[in-house]
Amino acid sequence: MKAVPAAHDTQASAATGGTRALPVGDHALLVEVSSVAAAQALHAELLRRRAEGSLSAAEIVPAARTVLLDGLEDPRRLAEQLPGWEIPPHTARAEEAIEIPVRYDGPDLADVAALWAVPEHEVPAIHSAAEFRVAFCGFAPGFGYLTGLPARYDVPRRATPRTAVPAGSVALAGPYTGVYPRSSPGGWQLIGTTDAVLWDHARVPAALLAPGTRVRFVPVGCS
Amino acid sequence: MTDRALAVVRAGALTTVQDQGRPGHAHLGVPRSGALDAPAAALANRLVGNPVEAAVLETTLNGCTVRPRSVVTVAVTGAPCPVTVGGRPAPWGAPVRVPAGALLDIGPARAGVRSYVAVAGGVAVDPVLGSRSTDLLSGLGPPPLTDGTVLPLGRPDGVHTRVDVVPHPGPPSELVLRVTPGPRDDWFTASALRTLATGTYRVSSASNRIGLRTDGPSLERAVSGELPSEGMVLGAVQVPPDGRPVVFLADHPTTGGYPVIAVVRGADLPAAAQAVPGTPVRFMVVRRR
Repeated sequence: MKAVPAAHDTQASAATGGTRALPVGDHALLVEVSSVAAAQALHAELLRRRAEGSLSAAEIVPAARTVLLDGLEDPRRLAEQLPGWEIPPHTARAEEAIEIPVRYDGPDLADVAALWAVPEHEVPAIHSAAEFRVAFCGFAPGFGYLTGLPARYDVPRRATPRTAVPAGSVALAGPYTGVYPRSSPGGWQLIGTTDAVLWDHARVPAALLAPGTRVRFVPVGCS
Repeated sequence: MTDRALAVVRAGALTTVQDQGRPGHAHLGVPRSGALDAPAAALANRLVGNPVEAAVLETTLNGCTVRPRSVVTVAVTGAPCPVTVGGRPAPWGAPVRVPAGALLDIGPARAGVRSYVAVAGGVAVDPVLGSRSTDLLSGLGPPPLTDGTVLPLGRPDGVHTRVDVVPHPGPPSELVLRVTPGPRDDWFTASALRTLATGTYRVSSASNRIGLRTDGPSLERAVSGELPSEGMVLGAVQVPPDGRPVVFLADHPTTGGYPVIAVVRGADLPAAAQAVPGTPVRFMVVRRR
């Protein structure tokens, strides 16, 4: 067992190439990386190692710049080993992208067009031209944070969140596109609606979108 | 069979079905959920001969009243409370036989918050992602009980050993939560860490199954700005903009954007589930194991 640095042993973070492994309680590790792409690559590598049996973790939870590993037997040892890992850059998986049909009829379409400095009718074309990937999930079961739009199309959240966003709303915030699995409060910019069922716990799998899933939005109808 | 059922006569302030929850789905945004005072729920199950993973009822402060359609064995644990069967006093923390059609009343907690009611055979609502737990954050699992709800019961399998009476720690008069710092303690000033370790907090009445909220000194951040959302664990001490620590309980969100200054040891969370609003809280900083 390696000596533990004194005082705050959170300083036991393993740093390499912008990667830090921060201890979380007694059984978890928060691995912090420098970019969304690095988080996706790390997540893919962690899943690969868990599948081959060389890593045991109850939960592997990717997020914007981190991957949380929970239910670890020896987080300290993993924190020491992680810097030595060779993590291949993430490559798109072979599976087909899931297609989500969208009516681009959201109430914030004009605001988004203004933020993008394009005519309103170009928003659907720009949005549906991108290939998205689920960077991570959260907020509600089945809610994915999808990346794929070029950075110049980042938009802020709405100044005043809506108390009820309808299920199936396709929305933008920051670098992300999301689809509301059910009606809930929300501050994202609503650009369209879909009939796709994002979450159905009677279905296997229950979630249409899981971290790593590739997604394309397909315009339907006319608006 | 339809006679294996429990009719809810008085649902109480908040009564939910709980088992050991649905861990393993956090990456899909699914909270773990499950009984907040897991040892008390497991004990109730053992008292009626159920496997520990059987679903039980979790009450909140003022109990509930149910009427089984067939004779059942039940046990009430967790927050101590009066128990009556057909109006007659019955023991708390021991197996109790309830005749078909008799009223089982679980009274208001004398101390603590949550009582657990196990019924031999378990509550047999349909599982969602492998669990029958009600998740108040995401709405998975059966909705909280309402007057008139009828809950199906499983059949006792008779193979599990019953225990008769088991000692159980009473609810705390002061809640001491051992915490290990991090992962985002470096987002706070050194004085914030001292305040967390030495300040007296109280359990806020805004606490629920999602989090134990506290009233007390505000924790000052050294880093302003936003933390990108990151994965959250059970027991995380998250500090929202008002500076008052919130301890994440079973229905906590799977990701969050407020920094986590420390994490409470799992062994201390059942006591947190039983701490009534106003209970003093001390965070005791301990070394990571």
